[in-house]
Amino acid sequence: MSSPASQSSAALPFDLKGSVFTLSVMHLHRLNLEDIGLRLDEKVSQAPQFFANMPVVLDLGGLSGPATSTDFAGLIALLREKGLVPVAARRGTESAQAAAIEAGLAILSEAPGGSRAHQREVSPPSESPTKAPDPTPARAAADSAGARHATRVVAQPVRSGQQIYAAGGDLIALRMVSAGAEILADGNIHILGPLRGRALAGAQGDETAHIICQSLEAELVSIAGRYRLFDEIDKSVLGQAVHIYLDGDRLVIDRI
Amino acid sequence: MAKIIVVTSGKGGVGKTTTTASFAVGLAQRGHKTVAVDFDVGLRNLDLIMGCERRVVYDFVNVINGEANLNQALIKDKRVENLYVLPASQTRDKEALTKEGVAKTLEELSKSFDFIVCDSPAGIEHGALMAMYYADEALIVTNPEVSSVRDSDRILGILASKSRRAEEVEEPVREHLVITRYAPERVSEGEMLGMDDIIEILGVPLLGVIPESQAVLNSSNAGTPVILTEGSDAGQAYTDLVARFLGDERAHRFLTAEKKGFMRRWFGG
Repeated sequence: MSSPASQSSAALPFDLKGSVFTLSVMHLHRLNLEDIGLRLDEKVSQAPQFFANMPVVLDLGGLSGPATSTDFAGLIALLREKGLVPVAARRGTESAQAAAIEAGLAILSEAPGGSRAHQREVSPPSESPTKAPDPTPARAAADSAGARHATRVVAQPVRSGQQIYAAGGDLIALRMVSAGAEILADGNIHILGPLRGRALAGAQGDETAHIICQSLEAELVSIAGRYRLFDEIDKSVLGQAVHIYLDGDRLVIDRI
Repeated sequence: MAKIIVVTSGKGGVGKTTTTASFAVGLAQRGHKTVAVDFDVGLRNLDLIMGCERRVVYDFVNVINGEANLNQALIKDKRVENLYVLPASQTRDKEALTKEGVAKTLEELSKSFDFIVCDSPAGIEHGALMAMYYADEALIVTNPEVSSVRDSDRILGILASKSRRAEEVEEPVREHLVITRYAPERVSEGEMLGMDDIIEILGVPLLGVIPESQAVLNSSNAGTPVILTEGSDAGQAYTDLVARFLGDERAHRFLTAEKKGFMRRWFGG
C-alpha cells in the first residue's frame, strides 16, 4: 500500500511538530450569551469574510463571577453559529479553566513574554480605525490613542532586563538595545544605535515586518516567529548596519 | 538643598563602599559639607572602611524608627572637616528601610548638607532600590569584566525606570561611570575589557578610572579611605574623580601599562 506522505516520514503515520500561530483572543467580561451574540453580530457584519471560520481563544482573566461547563457549552455553540471556531481558553480561575476543559476546550499557558501588552483589539482590515472601547485598562498609554498603527519611540537606552513592546505598531529605539534586553513590535523595528539584545518584529505574525539597525550584535532577531541566534548570524554582517526581512520562510539579513 | 548621589553597581565586591568612602572624603576636602549614608543594612561596612566602627551608637534604622535623632546617629569624621557618616544597622534586615522613613531622613539631611552620598548594597532588591530611589545623580561602579558590566547595565535600566525622578517624570538621574580595579597590563593582554569597550557597552559618560592597587586593600584594612593615602595611584585617581565631578577638567591617568623599573618595584609605586 503506497502512502501519500513524503519519503522521509513514510514509515510513520504522522510527525508531531511545534509551530507558532497568531490567534484572535476574545476577552470575556461576562458570560451573558445574549449580549455576546449582539456584539458578535455587530462585529461580524462589518467583515463577514474576516470572521468566517476564524479560530478564537477565550481569555478568562477578566471574567467576573463563576463559570460552569454549561455556560461554556452555550458559548461554544453560539460562537460556532456565528462562524467562529473556539479552540482554547487561557487565564482565569482554576474552576473556570476546569469548566472550559469539560466543555471541550484546550488551555493555553501564557506565551513567553506574554505581557498584557499583547492584548489588542482584533479588527477586520476594512474597519476604520475609530476608537474602540478599551477592554484592558492596564494597556500602555502609548496605545491608548486607539490608533492601531501608533509608533512607539524609545529615547532612552534599552537596558539589560528591560522589555519593551510596541503593540499594534512600529518601534523606534533611538539609542542602544543592550545585551539581555528585549524589544518587540507587532510592526517594524528600527534601532538607531547598536542592537545587542533581542529584537522581535511582527510579534503577532506580520510577515511583512522589517528590522533595521545601525550595528548588528544581536543575541536574537526574529520576524513573525522566524528567528536567528547570534551564533547563526553570518559573521560578515556582525557589527554592520543591516536590514532584516522575510523572503518567504527565510530570514534575510542584508547590509545596508 | 543637598544633592543626593547613589553609588551603585548591581554586582557585589566591585568597590562601591571603597568608592563611597573616598568620594565623600574628596567632596568634604573640597569644602562641601558631606554625609555618607550606608544603605547596606545587615551587612554594614562603610563604617569599617571609614574607620569609625567603634564609634557607632545609633544607626540609620534607629533614626527611621524614631529611636534616635539624626544628630545622635551621625558620626563626625576625625580626619576631615565637613564629613559625617550615617552607619547602617548590623542587626536588622533591609525591609527596615521604608520609603517614607528614607525620604524623611534624607529630607532632614538635606537641610544641613551639600552632598548626601548613598552607599548601595549589591543586588537589585529592596535595599538597592531604596538607595537609588531618591538619587539626583548616580555613580555606576563597574569592574572591567563582562558580568560586572552586564549588572551595571541592569542597574542603569532600573535607575531609568524605578527612581523617583523616573516615576515623577522629572529630569532623569544623571549617570556617571566609574571603572574600578582597572589593570592596564591585563587589558593590553586581552584578559580584561578595555575602558573604551565598557563606555561603548554602557553608553554612560566616564567620570573616573581607578587602577587596581594594593593601596586599596591596605587602606581598607586600616580604616582609612584610600583617597587619604598620600601618593597612592588609586588615591590620586579618586582625587581626580572628585575634581571632575565638581566640574574641573582633569585628564584621565593610570590608563596605560607602565614598565616598572627595579627601583620603583623595590620602593613601591
